[in-house]
Amino acid sequence: MATVQVSETALSANDAALTTEMTYAEAIRDALKLEMRRDERIFLLGEDIGIYGGAFAVTRGLFEEFGAERVRDTPISEAAIAGAAIGAALTGMRPVAEIQFSDFMALTMDQLVNQAAKIRYMFGGKAKVPLVMRTPLGSGTGAAAQHSQSLEAWFAHVPGLKVVMPSSPADAKGLLIAAIRDDNPVVFFEHKLLYRVKAAVPTGSYVTPLSQSAVKRAGQDVTVVAFSIMVPRALAAAQRLADEGIDVEVIDPRTLRPLDDTPILESVKKTGKVVIVHEAVGSGGFGGEIAARITESDAFHYLDAPVRRLVGAEVPIPFNPNLERAAVPQEDDIVTAVRRLVREGR
Amino acid sequence: MSYLGILDADLPDLLKTMYHIRAFEEKVDELFMQGAIHGTTHLSIGEEAVPTGALHALRSDDYITSTHRGHGHCIAKGADLNLMMAELLGRESGYCRGRGGSMHIADVDAGNIGANGIVGGGIPIAVGVGLSIHMQQQARVCLCFFGDGAANEGTFHEAINLCSIWRLPVIFLCENNQYGMSMSAKLSMHVASVADRAIAYGIPGESVDGNDVFAVHHAVWQAAERARAGQGPTLIEARTYRYKGHSKSDQNRYRTRAEIDDWRARDPIVIFTEVVRARGVLAPGADTQVRANAYADIEAAYAFALASPEPQVADLLEGVYA
Repeated sequence: MATVQVSETALSANDAALTTEMTYAEAIRDALKLEMRRDERIFLLGEDIGIYGGAFAVTRGLFEEFGAERVRDTPISEAAIAGAAIGAALTGMRPVAEIQFSDFMALTMDQLVNQAAKIRYMFGGKAKVPLVMRTPLGSGTGAAAQHSQSLEAWFAHVPGLKVVMPSSPADAKGLLIAAIRDDNPVVFFEHKLLYRVKAAVPTGSYVTPLSQSAVKRAGQDVTVVAFSIMVPRALAAAQRLADEGIDVEVIDPRTLRPLDDTPILESVKKTGKVVIVHEAVGSGGFGGEIAARITESDAFHYLDAPVRRLVGAEVPIPFNPNLERAAVPQEDDIVTAVRRLVREGR
Repeated sequence: MSYLGILDADLPDLLKTMYHIRAFEEKVDELFMQGAIHGTTHLSIGEEAVPTGALHALRSDDYITSTHRGHGHCIAKGADLNLMMAELLGRESGYCRGRGGSMHIADVDAGNIGANGIVGGGIPIAVGVGLSIHMQQQARVCLCFFGDGAANEGTFHEAINLCSIWRLPVIFLCENNQYGMSMSAKLSMHVASVADRAIAYGIPGESVDGNDVFAVHHAVWQAAERARAGQGPTLIEARTYRYKGHSKSDQNRYRTRAEIDDWRARDPIVIFTEVVRARGVLAPGADTQVRANAYADIEAAYAFALASPEPQVADLLEGVYA
């Protein structure tokens, strides 16, 4: 490309009135495709994302449409992938890197944490690093300890990064478009078990703003704060609890950093009870941050019971399917935890 | 008229650059000793020929990535001495508005992608800059400075391999100053030269006398020609030496006085001055005037920095996000 072409497109979901049934993976692919058609500065790089189509088939077909220049297969070199994205982002491109499993983000940590996150601030606000790192996280596939973690809290701890965790196909598409258009480094965590989940997704291009928590289900009795895979589990649990007369409100932060905590605090003030659910290990997990935001705010005075966390067990993810299931909150666990908090106050 | 690929007319400017680097570093050293600058710093006294020769081989719109020992790179790239000194004093008028300090001076718009506090941290970023140049079909190159210590980081391998397969316009320039903090390069590598590793990536590798402006210039110029012709990266080792310790905590317990004296006897500025005198491009004694002017420029930069305001504490959180 000799000169960069950027076309104007609709930015509002209102313009995308029509919807199509598609999976979470297809919605992400749709976002990539629409954005790459709009802006020639956007390109993809990562392992096996070209003709192979990505380990989870998310980029399938993009190589055929955009070619090897813009869908760049890399060697197995995660630090170089991250660094190449940073250098390109600093000099006028808008890279979207794929790290095949989020566990491998450990191999990018210097580039992401010491470089990408800090560059703008330590250069006095005079540079920008508009890049996205897409990466699948989570357990449930039998991939065991090195391919199943939920490490989002590591990244949420770092000023300068943005951390996004979509829970539905429509959110995945709109949030990814927002992430690509954002001028900051964004870590975009896709849950492996969500890839095949199908739902209505607005057609065409639209932005779901970052740092905007969503009320996924309105309720009066108890607040469940959940993100990523825990949102559909919390919604299914809420459906069952409704039959018992417990009216659950489900809040999905969607972006962990910078966190929009207002809808969470408002919900807690309304219900007086809150269960925070995530797959990641509890100690040092993001649920602790949400709990602290609640107890440090005036929402504390509205609490009828202690803040409850329902989180991953303090173990590496095991291989055996029974152990694997037991290591992370399931729908039944959410039902039990919410019921007990409402009925017994603990 | 020219000598070993450098126009005679350019020699006085190059001498000035070398003196600017040395005078800047000496002033910074003095200010640290006085406690007038806080934090730490890494001085490049003795290494002036590398950035001076290298940047003279490039165009003004080419990019560089730099290191924790990066003041010389900045100066040779054409940085404003006032803004550099203001940054070291943590002032709002500094390159990074006092947020970065010695290890993070950058001027991205002018092609300086930045110094780096992480050894080897800039090497993959340089590849990204090369990728950007390639994808935007520009005629630029990116010069990636790193040290002998960084040559043993994993990023060195990942980045140069990626750059080689994509044939990106990057020049990897290793300033081998013989020590990674206290660890001798002789003990940290099982090859005679960092440049020997080029064969592993199928790219040209060359080791040059890093105290010789002409040798560095020639190697970088050739590498830049290859890069601009789409022939990919080159790995160059420039053998040089830092007279001062690694940082201000260094007591020089790992090397001998005799070794330091041996290198001082081959001082890059002395060597270059002899050539300048021999070429007769300066009137007799004029090189001492170049030196005096350079030191005066640094004093003026210090005065500018001292007169500059500190950042406002109220602005602490500003600039984290775009």
